[in-house]
Amino acid sequence: MKRLLFALPLVVAIIIGGFAIWGLSGGRDPSALPSVFISQPVPQLSLGPIEGVNSPGLTTDDIKAMQGIKLLNIFASWCGPCRAEHPNLERLAREEGVTLVGVNYKDKPEAAAKWLAELGNPYAAIGSDYSGRAGIDLGISGVPETFIIDADGIIRHRFAGPLVGDGLRRFMETLNEVRK
Amino acid sequence: MIRIWIMTLVLLASPAAAVEPDEVLSDPILEERARAISSKVRCVVCQNEPIDNSNAGVARDLRLLIRERLVAGDSDQEIFDFLVLRYGDFVLFKPPFKPSTYALWLGPFVILLIGGGAVVVSLARRPKGPAASAADLSVEEETELAKLMQKDTPQ
Repeated sequence: MKRLLFALPLVVAIIIGGFAIWGLSGGRDPSALPSVFISQPVPQLSLGPIEGVNSPGLTTDDIKAMQGIKLLNIFASWCGPCRAEHPNLERLAREEGVTLVGVNYKDKPEAAAKWLAELGNPYAAIGSDYSGRAGIDLGISGVPETFIIDADGIIRHRFAGPLVGDGLRRFMETLNEVRK
Repeated sequence: MIRIWIMTLVLLASPAAAVEPDEVLSDPILEERARAISSKVRCVVCQNEPIDNSNAGVARDLRLLIRERLVAGDSDQEIFDFLVLRYGDFVLFKPPFKPSTYALWLGPFVILLIGGGAVVVSLARRPKGPAASAADLSVEEETELAKLMQKDTPQ
């Protein structure tokens, strides 16, 4: 019994060290927040189209009516990382057999229209969220963010940040899991 | 004249705060409640700052939203519930007491109890009475000690 007690500091050190190694490994982002919407239906959205853009607006019922997996991307013309991920979104919409819908977050309609005309418009529907209220209803902390919505209209994943490089690779892994 | 101008500017200057003049409600009681609520809500961008003094865009939107709902007659709890529904318990600086947070709230007391218990047990086990003194050395030990003392004494 006494001898076991001597091993106690070592056991405590191994437990604490184990936690430290777990926390530092595996590409975990400690500032990433879990979304409360995972495994929940898409919150009620009712967004009109962007003025001057030839895409319909976006409501939750629209999303539910769409077949297969949907990606909901929140973007803005004033957001640099959005520009960086834009070619990847176009590729996803073209090649991955998913429906891409957008929420244009706190953006002037003219600026958004110009942006889409310049870079291309991969979205099946775009809701204009000029006030940012829909962004709050979706619990976003900034742009860009992308949600994976499964065929039943349930949110399966939230990705904060641009879909480029390593982040895109992880996103694709999750997307393939949702596909199964 | 210039002095008056400087004085006016000095008087106009106020400490920097994130709450902007256009956000402030005309009703001082509601405004006070809004300040109290927003000091307890974490900014989701800067994470360690309350939205009350964060300059992030989302923080401003949330401050405006809190005020809007206060004016509409929501209770403080309803506003907290509204935010938790969208951002999770994480937005509250003071997490709620519920099964998933029992470890968080009770952990320190459990550790204190274990540590306190260990101290009590080890104190109780310590032999009572005065510790053995030098006078208890045996005859052999005394001679040994004397020899050593002799050896070490500088010549």
